[in-house]
Amino acid sequence: MKKLAIAALACVLVGGFCFSACTIERIDPEADSNTTATNTGKRVLNVCNWGEYIDEDLIAQFQEETGITVNYQTAESNESLYSLLKNGGANYDVICPSDYMISQLIEEDMLQPLNYDNIPNYSYIGDQFKNLAFDPNNEYTVPYTWGTLGIIYNKTMVDGEITSWSSLYDDANKGNVLLINNSRDAFGNALIYLGYSVNTTNEDEIRQAYDLIADATRRGVFQGKVMDEVFNKMEQGNAAIATYYAGDYLSMYENNSDLAYVIPEEGANWFVDAWCVLKSAQHVSEAEEWINFMASTDASLANMDYIWYASPNTQALEKYPEYYKETYGEELDPELYEIMAPSADVLEKCENYVVLPQETRNLYNDLWIQLGL
Amino acid sequence: MKNKRSLLAIPYVGWMAFFVVAPIIMVVIYAFTTADFSFTGENFTRMGTFTVIFTRSFKLAIIATLVCLLIGYPLSYAMAKEGKGFQRVAMLLIMLPMWVNFLLRTYSMMSIMENNGLINQFFAAIGLFDLINNVFGTDIHYFKMIGTQGAVVVGMVYNYLPFMVLPIYSTLIKMDNTLLEAAQDLGADTATVFRKVILPLSLPGILSGVTMVFVPSVSTFAISRLLGGGIQMLLGDLIEQQFLGGAYNPHLGSAIALVMMVIVVACMWIMNRFGEGEEQAVML
Repeated sequence: MKKLAIAALACVLVGGFCFSACTIERIDPEADSNTTATNTGKRVLNVCNWGEYIDEDLIAQFQEETGITVNYQTAESNESLYSLLKNGGANYDVICPSDYMISQLIEEDMLQPLNYDNIPNYSYIGDQFKNLAFDPNNEYTVPYTWGTLGIIYNKTMVDGEITSWSSLYDDANKGNVLLINNSRDAFGNALIYLGYSVNTTNEDEIRQAYDLIADATRRGVFQGKVMDEVFNKMEQGNAAIATYYAGDYLSMYENNSDLAYVIPEEGANWFVDAWCVLKSAQHVSEAEEWINFMASTDASLANMDYIWYASPNTQALEKYPEYYKETYGEELDPELYEIMAPSADVLEKCENYVVLPQETRNLYNDLWIQLGL
Repeated sequence: MKNKRSLLAIPYVGWMAFFVVAPIIMVVIYAFTTADFSFTGENFTRMGTFTVIFTRSFKLAIIATLVCLLIGYPLSYAMAKEGKGFQRVAMLLIMLPMWVNFLLRTYSMMSIMENNGLINQFFAAIGLFDLINNVFGTDIHYFKMIGTQGAVVVGMVYNYLPFMVLPIYSTLIKMDNTLLEAAQDLGADTATVFRKVILPLSLPGILSGVTMVFVPSVSTFAISRLLGGGIQMLLGDLIEQQFLGGAYNPHLGSAIALVMMVIVVACMWIMNRFGEGEEQAVML
């Protein structure tokens, strides 16, 4: 028995090594081969998007129209998507990361340039969403959604109106403030408050942002660090102030109309999530069809209505209030529409993330862990 | 072949080798390498920074384990002594929550313990806060539960209590009643019978219960994130952050996991010394 067990162990361990070696090497060699569609006749596409980030009828519609079978998967955050890609366990063709993650993927040579001739609907994308810092020559991406990251607060729990990021760090709402649970956004908010760029690589500025948050943590200002738990907490009045994305605010507002959303006077971060195709993708033409389909005005309208995030499709943006009226038989509150798709002068105050150099990312991570000590 | 029945163990050995031993070896490899897989010990020199998190994790896990033991042992004892009807009902009540997914249960614990959650609403409804405010001249509208270490411990106890009760119960129920009668015949009073006979005989159950509560408690991350509000960071959160968080450093994450495993194994080893000769105690 002992011998048998040892033999089995040995086999498996050798297998394990090979397996890990494969996953390490996988990232590169596959990149250029296999880019043509499968030749079995059955067309397949592997999509990875955020959870609750699409009108699922659109997937069925796409499958029906094109005959392509879509394997639709979701990831929780840019960081977990990145680790899925790095581990080599995932075989996605098309993904939908946010701006700063896109530039990191481009930097690490993990995306492939798109053939925009196959994506005619790209022409509907507004100019303000093209050639942004994360993809300056627009070679890799087609924007899917955009929006802002601002302050959500409960009007019944807060005295007066909130206009500044300072409300996140002062004692007025001690114990009732929710800090967003990822280092990029949490430090980004503090940097904006301090008047620095969200993309700063100046260690001193980042440390000041850290001190601001750490000091507030010591004074017990924060009730917790949350991501999607924020829905429950804000909707049920368990916390007074949080920072989250505009589209998600609109979902919360549907359940609790005491909630308000504000882009503070110091400005905010605005983000773009965009489709891109991985270098290792095996179904490139299908991926481009998918991207083209999603960029169409009809799909954009359906998505806007379903997920409450604004589309970069100019026609869809223009038509949405009308679409809303037709669908629900009532006018869309212009204030809500402004939150969903803020006008150009608001966006001017807001800044896009770009990828930070590895050194700064390490600093972010170290400081973020220190906050948890 | 001396014993053909040993062949029956092959599926399990294969399973263990592939899903337990091989991953552990990969963790070790990752822990001792850098991003380009050259050898380094640097991942371990950074461990000192995390002392606070190590201490907090072990402290909370030990408290949770003790609370589970204090609640679980009397319950198991009562179950083993009572009639079949009580046993069935008690067992059902213990197993019932386990039919619901662990994350879902923790999530609902969160909404129960929120500032505006069920417990605080209940206290407000019976006028407890008014009473306190009148008597002490304070101005409170809720008890702060979420985001505290207490909430994390409550979550751990709630989730892992069955793992304490079941092994203790199964040793108690199998206990030979004639031994207890013999002890009584020899003049032992109830307390002595418990101390000298029941407790030593149920020690294997206690040890495996402690192991099964302590190990998941010390490595949990969902409970501390949801109930500790992300502020009471535990080892599990720290490790998760290295794999799924901003800086993506699986090598450091593996090193932390490895140190944690070594400490846990050391704890288990020391504890199992108490049960010398009781080889039934599970050593994970």
